[in-house]
Amino acid sequence: MIGATVWRLLRWLLLLAFAAFFAIPLLALLNFSTKDLATKGRTGAAWQALFQDPTMTDAITTSLLLALFTVLGMIVLLVPTMIWVRLRVPGATRMIEFLCLLPLTIPALVIVVGLTNVYAWVNYLVGDSALTLAFVYVVLVLPYAYRAIDSSLSSLDATTLAEAARSLGASWFTVITRVILPNLWPGVLGGAFIAVALVLGEFTISSLSHYDTLPVVIVQISKADAPESMAAALASLVFAAVLLVGLSFLDRRRHTSGGK
Amino acid sequence: MAAPAPTAPPARTARRFSVGPSVGLLPFLAYLTVFLIVPTATVLVGAFQDDQGGFSLDKVSKLNDETPVHVLRESLILSFSSAAVGAVLGALLAYLIVTAPPTSVLRRVVSAVCGVLAQFGGVTLAFAWIATLGFGGLLTKVLADTLGTDPNGISQLYELPGLVLVYTYFQIPLMVIVFLPALEGLRPQWREAAVNLGATTWQYWTQVAFPLLRPAFLGSMLLLFANAFAAYATAAALISQGSPILPLLIRNSLTSEIVLGEHNFAYALSLEMIVVVAVVMSLYAWLLKRTSRWLS
Repeated sequence: MIGATVWRLLRWLLLLAFAAFFAIPLLALLNFSTKDLATKGRTGAAWQALFQDPTMTDAITTSLLLALFTVLGMIVLLVPTMIWVRLRVPGATRMIEFLCLLPLTIPALVIVVGLTNVYAWVNYLVGDSALTLAFVYVVLVLPYAYRAIDSSLSSLDATTLAEAARSLGASWFTVITRVILPNLWPGVLGGAFIAVALVLGEFTISSLSHYDTLPVVIVQISKADAPESMAAALASLVFAAVLLVGLSFLDRRRHTSGGK
Repeated sequence: MAAPAPTAPPARTARRFSVGPSVGLLPFLAYLTVFLIVPTATVLVGAFQDDQGGFSLDKVSKLNDETPVHVLRESLILSFSSAAVGAVLGALLAYLIVTAPPTSVLRRVVSAVCGVLAQFGGVTLAFAWIATLGFGGLLTKVLADTLGTDPNGISQLYELPGLVLVYTYFQIPLMVIVFLPALEGLRPQWREAAVNLGATTWQYWTQVAFPLLRPAFLGSMLLLFANAFAAYATAAALISQGSPILPLLIRNSLTSEIVLGEHNFAYALSLEMIVVVAVVMSLYAWLLKRTSRWLS
């Protein structure tokens, strides 16, 4: 009896300690971003600047567009390939899985070191813009997208669906886009959420390729206007948190409705 | 969970048009070749080339110089200590959550927060700690009053001890994410069986649970090690001058245009990083295979 009470108390104390460790730096971020350096009072100027400072709004637009293009690229490249492998080339499953998980083992820093030649061509062919980063971001998000889509695809009898559609005269294009894909949306959406969160926070490749994405600009302006960069850092973290928490609810809905 | 085994009909058509369906994979393979394989190969080949493109071991042997060796050691210390601290505290936190019912708010909140902090680290976390312990930070004054640290910000934050602290902040959440499934795989029946045979709680933990969890624990720790070793953003945002760890030395040789040929040294340093991460991740894969025997 006494042991159980002590344990319960200890458990809450430990949880409180963890909560403090994780909450204090984030509260410090909030504290710093609302601090008025001149009068020592409180001000929302740094948060207002997020929507008014042209450097900041440009960077936010760039990062959001990058997230959009990365998600589109990921869907166009990965989803048909995975469906195709499942239906027609099951022998290639292990190879595709290996390739998709490879970016977890090759650090982004290494990729950016070797990227010079490839980007010389990319810039020559499609122009020099921060949005070209989407090409390499698609590779970075592959492992996460693969896992999300694979779990969706495994819970589906894709072969039977495809055979039914084919026997009714559907083309392979129709099978993929109108039969299998609509059943995969939870997985695709999950992969897209993680991709957006990753792209909004990506710093390694964009900073070393000298493109002004949101994290790069946050670091740049930190020397001139610390509160504004703190506000932007906190805002992007909260945005990513909302996305990923939304994802966990999506996941739960799938579990409850899919529980046969 | 059990996926329907790849059924016969597609295999039959695949045999008849043995080349046909594989063509569908070409766009994907071509894309990965250009944006993943070519950059990696550039680094691997570039490390063994001189400035004219001929074969040379110059750059690789320069890794033995004083600075790269020192920086590698610091990087290994940072990765090991942040992985060890992160693994122990992360396992503890995972245990605290796993004892709560799966539908509880506590468990859901902790997993969601861990997901965000582990995957969305980078720049934000560096700033969060600057706002806590740097100049004018939330705790700077308190610590100065109680422990007598520098009231203008704790300078160790921008050195190795600070990096360990800041890295721990994303290592603990990552540990929770990767270790939670192993803890969930620990079946209550095993404990009941041990208790039925007369085991005490202590005996159950030391002789049943710990041996079962050990491969998963070590594997997760290796993953944390690789994660810290390859991390760049947090350190880069925290330390703008100098390069005390390997990723920052790579930045330095990548951006320095003063010393000619220094740029290509980044290839050799990246090679070093690939080798370390590859060794650690192979060990991880091997341990994962052993874990899945019992805790799936």
